[in-house]
Amino acid sequence: MSEEKSDLIDVQIDGEWHKFPKGTRMIEACKEAGVEVPHYCYHPKLTSPGNCRMCLVEMGMPPRPRPGDDPAEPDEDGHLPIGWMPRPVIACANTIAPNMGIRTTGPLTEECRRGVMEFLLANHPLDCPICDQAGECSLQEFSVEHGKGESRFREQKVKKPKNVDIGPRIRLDDERCIMCSRCIRFTDEIADDPVLGFTDRGSHTTLAVHPGHELANNYSLNTVDICPVGALTSNDFRFQMRVWFMKEVNTIDPNCGTGCNIVVHSRQDEIYRITPRENNDVNSAWIPDSHRLNYHWINSELRLTDPLIKDGKSHRQTSWEDAIELSASKLSGLKGSEIAIVASARMTNEELFMVRRLATHLDAGYVDIVPRMEKSDGYLISADRNPNTTGAKLILGLEDPGSKLGKIKDAIIKDEVKALLVLQENLIDDADFAAEDFSSLEFLLTSYPMANPTAEAADVVLPGACWAEKSGTMLNVTGRLQRLNQAIDGPGQTMQSWEIIRDLIQNTGGGNGIYSTQDLFNLLTSEIPDFVGVTWDQIGDLGMQLVDTGETIPLLEKERQRIAKGLIVG
Amino acid sequence: MSIAIPADLEKEIDKRITHYPVSKRSAVLPVLHALQHHFGFIDEDAVEWTAAKLELEPIKVLEVVTFYPGFRQSAPGKYHIRVCRTLSCAMAGSYELMESICEKADIDRSGVTHHDPIAVSKDGKFSIEFAECLASCGTGPVCLVQDDFHEAVKDVDGLLAQYK
Amino acid sequence: MSKVIYTSGKEPHARESRVVFKNVDREGWDPSIARYMSEGGYDQLKKAMKMEPQAITDEVKKGGLRGRGGAGFPAGVKWGFIPPNNEKPVYLICNADESEPGTFKDRYIIHQDPHQLIEGMAISSFAVGAKLAYIYIREEFPEGAAILEKAISEAHEKGFLGKDVLGSGFDLEIYVHRGAGAYICGEETGLIESLEGKRPYPRIKPPYFPAAMGLYLCPTIVNNVETLCHVKHILEVGGEEWAKTGTPNNTGTRILCVSGDVVKPGYFEVQVGHVTMGELINDMCGGLKDGRKLKAVIPGGSSAKVLRAGEKFTVGRGDDAKEIDMLDIPMDFDTLAACGSMAGSGGVIVIDDSRSISWVLNNINAFYAHESCGQCTPCREGSLWMKKITDRVVAGKASPADIDTLDSVARNIDGRTICAFGEACAWPTESFIDKFREELVGDTDASNSEKILNPESLAAAANLS
Ligand SMILES: Cc1cc2nc3c(=O)[nH]c(=O)nc-3n(C[C@H](O)[C@H](O)[C@H](O)COP(=O)(O)O)c2cc1C
Ligand code: SF4
Ligand code: SF4
Ligand code: FES
Ligand code: FES
Repeated sequence: MSEEKSDLIDVQIDGEWHKFPKGTRMIEACKEAGVEVPHYCYHPKLTSPGNCRMCLVEMGMPPRPRPGDDPAEPDEDGHLPIGWMPRPVIACANTIAPNMGIRTTGPLTEECRRGVMEFLLANHPLDCPICDQAGECSLQEFSVEHGKGESRFREQKVKKPKNVDIGPRIRLDDERCIMCSRCIRFTDEIADDPVLGFTDRGSHTTLAVHPGHELANNYSLNTVDICPVGALTSNDFRFQMRVWFMKEVNTIDPNCGTGCNIVVHSRQDEIYRITPRENNDVNSAWIPDSHRLNYHWINSELRLTDPLIKDGKSHRQTSWEDAIELSASKLSGLKGSEIAIVASARMTNEELFMVRRLATHLDAGYVDIVPRMEKSDGYLISADRNPNTTGAKLILGLEDPGSKLGKIKDAIIKDEVKALLVLQENLIDDADFAAEDFSSLEFLLTSYPMANPTAEAADVVLPGACWAEKSGTMLNVTGRLQRLNQAIDGPGQTMQSWEIIRDLIQNTGGGNGIYSTQDLFNLLTSEIPDFVGVTWDQIGDLGMQLVDTGETIPLLEKERQRIAKGLIVG
Repeated sequence: MSIAIPADLEKEIDKRITHYPVSKRSAVLPVLHALQHHFGFIDEDAVEWTAAKLELEPIKVLEVVTFYPGFRQSAPGKYHIRVCRTLSCAMAGSYELMESICEKADIDRSGVTHHDPIAVSKDGKFSIEFAECLASCGTGPVCLVQDDFHEAVKDVDGLLAQYK
Repeated sequence: MSKVIYTSGKEPHARESRVVFKNVDREGWDPSIARYMSEGGYDQLKKAMKMEPQAITDEVKKGGLRGRGGAGFPAGVKWGFIPPNNEKPVYLICNADESEPGTFKDRYIIHQDPHQLIEGMAISSFAVGAKLAYIYIREEFPEGAAILEKAISEAHEKGFLGKDVLGSGFDLEIYVHRGAGAYICGEETGLIESLEGKRPYPRIKPPYFPAAMGLYLCPTIVNNVETLCHVKHILEVGGEEWAKTGTPNNTGTRILCVSGDVVKPGYFEVQVGHVTMGELINDMCGGLKDGRKLKAVIPGGSSAKVLRAGEKFTVGRGDDAKEIDMLDIPMDFDTLAACGSMAGSGGVIVIDDSRSISWVLNNINAFYAHESCGQCTPCREGSLWMKKITDRVVAGKASPADIDTLDSVARNIDGRTICAFGEACAWPTESFIDKFREELVGDTDASNSEKILNPESLAAAANLS
């Protein structure tokens, strides 16, 4: 046997020896060895009840020599022969032991899987083609792989409630439920809202909310994601679109400073749903409902689709060239100190870098952003409802974001500021501005994805791309650098902010030679001290800790405690 | 909530709760027993009251109530009968006993289902259900009437006559 | 000590050795503490309080006391599983759920001799360091629960329970906790969940072995009523002396409960292994009813595998190996296990030739389908499936192929579930098919295989390809 002094233990999986840290669950060891053990109830973020029995595998240990017998001879690698146990064990809740053997193939394991599949399907409706989960149902997947071809179940099925309204956003089909209890454990352990439970018993066990109560917490839709079958479905998404028709893009949620990792599911530039993506340094595996569902406006009638210029009291459509040229001519006649820029902490770092360039180029008197400070929900929603305040602070050199907004207002009233550029913000609704505050301005430009009162007052209105329509990076509240990836193209003539600003700079006599977000990223990472040296690949799909702000994400802190107690894998 | 808990019942319940110094939740069964003893069954209000008393979500109480056949969710007759159905009693004639009681007490069990195991006599005096092994298999057929245990029941008229 | 006289008609059989059941059906006996103390009651607790806890455990180990609740696990060894460096509170739970069909022994201890149990529990609690103990009693013993509560308060008054038991500095509270009609609450981890106020879903083991992570995730010892009573008697005579009763590795006395098709069903406390199946049925229970022949015996509660009349077994090893008839099986843990069944809870159910095997199996399957907690897939789905198949066998609506399906359903449960209920519900079906296949198939009709019973699932099956 190897004499290494470490916490790594030797485990044989399907004939191959591997090393894993002590305490690793068998299922996780298999996964690391590239062997997927089918499972329904197990979820690394939740406690393990071991109830579905899908993960049964064959297990063995080197037998202890009987008294008087010589110990067995190790093989040439120093491993003792394994004595296989006649009974299978669950891989999800059992941890590995030194010199353990695991067989995920072979007659015993296969028989177990076939048996469990047959049991799960016995009372399950077999109408996959009309089930909304079709295409992403683990039961359907495994049944094709492990189930028996034809049903031996000749009895009447147990009847249970169908189409139950268990909350404002979720529906339950109890006949499809396989009683894995994932949803119950999620609401008990993660959402601290234990409103789900099983009633009745045996084969009649029924998932339920208490009569008159509902599953309404702001994390409820995560239960739909983790339900392995089509028992829980989202009212927002149900029957909207077959999953195999959709494009999936990994990106981040822009609704607060946490930057939950998400997948945007879309088809033909229309978003159909958003699901969380696991990132143990950001959002674990979850996302708040309010953020997940905040996408309907993107494909709505409220979008600005064309550049507009003020013509008397109303606006008229124009071309980008005209809009930019008009803006440039208005700005050219002004001194830098007469120009103020209000940018947005919803912008990417690359866009903020362009704002910085613009400010320098115009020698603008004021640059600030609109802060969005509220209260944290104690889980994932951070107090900062801007996704990139950290980036704005570093790149624009802001110490106290928003602190200059009042001064800008005063300066406008005192006629010290004559032109105001509002980039991707709406000062009337989201900051302390009123339409009259703009009346003395010579020039007001605004870019924004949607029609809004600030745009109403502006001389030039530019349709700005929203978060789903652009790529770049953002820094979350903890200082983690993450990638925002474009999921869809914006409607009409929307432009991304960096393009708008590039054109403004060029038309006011500045040159730059920036043609892509990649160029921008390269400039950002060579010019801004904290970003120097960072590469796109380094950020990867899960981001990288760039700076340490000292901020923490409450849900992750709780998760760490559960991991430390050995309750969950994490 | 419209449930009225008499003071002495609540006092008894409070005392029961002290038997579980580590976790109040442990008192779910005793609280429900006390309520069922008093009201005859556990209705939605009783579930809510228990949940509030023990600081639990009502579903966590309903989970328990619906698991155990010992808790009834609708009103039984004045006297509730449980006839053992399991093997030794069945061999000793418990199915016949059930039939005989139903006939004599005018109880129609045709509507009995898994979810509705209890049938009540027309006059509301008796209700009846099958129970599993009552741990007196040597003296079958056996039954419980309220809290009274009856062994080797042969004389159904005599049995029913004990309950006025 | 006064001579022990039993109620007329309920006298113990001559082959009995009454220890735990000494006071059951006894003339002039009552469950009061005064009566109990008039014959040395609580003397063993007094003795225990002067001993080291470990010394008590050692005596129990020497006695070789095996659990009387079903699994036959050595009690002293179980007590030794409490982690040595444990700093959490320890709990003791008396399993008075008595829910295994065919078993009716704890009932009599509780109703007639409650202080024996309380004394046994107090001694055991002291041995394992438990300051809080519960008696989990089935709801269907309402009178038993009241008797136990009265006994506990009497013991309190005498200083045998409560703070500073008998001046020893040891504190102990015992409370009675009533179940609500669920067989699964007899399974120790289901019991613990029930006692925590949750659905009685048995826990996975590992990691939740009660002795390490039981009630409130603290070390917890769960023992059967009869087991805990024996502790008192072990202390009285000493482990070594106690172990001289019974047979090696199957020590002491145990109560066998006989029901079903015998002339005189009842309970019999015998030295383990001193009585054979045949002696139990024919001598102690008066044999079968007139004109009836023995067909089968379920020897250890309904979960135990059935034995067929006339079945032969090879017992003993090497030179000692011999073939014996089913009626010659000594009623001990090891021999019944060697015969492929188990001593279980001591509930012996006798089945004569007037019974239809399909009907018997269907009755048993109905029990398990009703009692499955439904937590884990094979047992939840399989127990009801088996019941539905035997429903059809009894109704003449099954085909021979259904018996094969039945058999494979049972084998797909066995060994693959969270708790031993899986085996408990599979073994009857497996063993009845093993031993009575012909009779079961005889109740089927091949033409039934053509009949579509569940059009919904046959049609739908086409969707799964
Ligand atoms: C389904 C099931 C039901 C059980 N029912 C009982 C019971 O009613 N009473 C009992 O003492 N043990 C019962 N047991 C055994 C307990 O789990 C446990 O082994 C026993 O209480 C330990 O006590 P002992 O070692 O003194 O026998 C049951 C086990 C299973 C799997
Ligand atoms: S609804 Fe889904 S997640 Fe919840 S228990 Fe049923 S199958 Fe599992
Ligand atoms: S084996 Fe049966 S009783 Fe035991 S946990 Fe599983 S479903 Fe429940
Ligand atoms: S995944 Fe369900 S038992 Fe292991
Ligand atoms: S079978 Fe009826 S009491 Fe046991």
